[in-house]
Amino acid sequence: MKFIKYILAGTLFGITMTKSEAVSWYRIQEMFRFQSFHMYGIIGTAVVLGVIAVSLIKKFKAKDISGNSITFHDKAKTYVKYILGGTIFGLGWALTGACPGPMFVNLGSGYAGMAIVILGALLGTYLYGIIKNKLPH
Amino acid sequence: MIDFIKQPWPWYFSGIMIVLVMLILLFFGKSFGFSSNLRTICSIAGAGKKVTFFDFKWKDQLWNLMFLIGSVIGGFIATNYLSSPAPVKLSAATVADLNQLGIKFDGKLNPGSLFSLEALKDIKTLAILLIGGLLVGFGSRYAGGCTSGHAISGLSNLQLPSLVAVIGFFIGGLIMTFLIMPLIF
Repeated sequence: MKFIKYILAGTLFGITMTKSEAVSWYRIQEMFRFQSFHMYGIIGTAVVLGVIAVSLIKKFKAKDISGNSITFHDKAKTYVKYILGGTIFGLGWALTGACPGPMFVNLGSGYAGMAIVILGALLGTYLYGIIKNKLPH
Repeated sequence: MIDFIKQPWPWYFSGIMIVLVMLILLFFGKSFGFSSNLRTICSIAGAGKKVTFFDFKWKDQLWNLMFLIGSVIGGFIATNYLSSPAPVKLSAATVADLNQLGIKFDGKLNPGSLFSLEALKDIKTLAILLIGGLLVGFGSRYAGGCTSGHAISGLSNLQLPSLVAVIGFFIGGLIMTFLIMPLIF
């Protein structure tokens, strides 16, 4: 039962991503070609409101559902992995039009090809796990 | 109300809703980051026996897997019950560019010529989807997060590493869009 709230949150996420068209391969192409404000508007709105919300949570020491303070973890301050990993991610994002969330949302929308993209993503994750220690971070 | 939901959502409303999802997860004591699910699934499939990276307490991540299941349900509901038949309002310039690549805009969210069951009979399409997915999976774990973890959660918390990752997302995306896609399509 305790998992139902996460399923509902995920459902809201899936509906939001579909109705915003952020799951659209076409919209991602449009974004990388700088031919519409749509995707930039979505991400921009989310980031601006997100920054405000997170700073308010910190300022007022907001608590979560179990009464614990909401905490934020700083990302490790090494930059090689972010730029290299990010670039590899971007190559795949533009090609498939899908980052990890939308892959699954689109699967629910009935795009069978997304199952192949998901399979590829799992293989890629596994591959990273194997060669992780040989990569510069 | 239902009429409003059935329309494609404007960008500002979409942005608000994405932040709402992030805040709901923070309120549940969790953080918004989708790609860790890929690692969790590898672990559940037994990858931890061979590779230490997958040998972790994945049961702590079950909540995120439930979020993943919800996202599939959300896609199903939105497409089957909350959609209008009107085509996506894609810019004319994009339609023209994609036409040049040989991809006809069909008005849907994703091109049937790449993602339909029928399209999977083509070995080249299959390879494109598999390799594209592989790059996303590899890259998101290497970068320690994807669009949700870095572009939304990370930037909201003013993390410089997340900004670097997002810049990387765009370097890769632009290379693929302008240099590689004209060669493979």
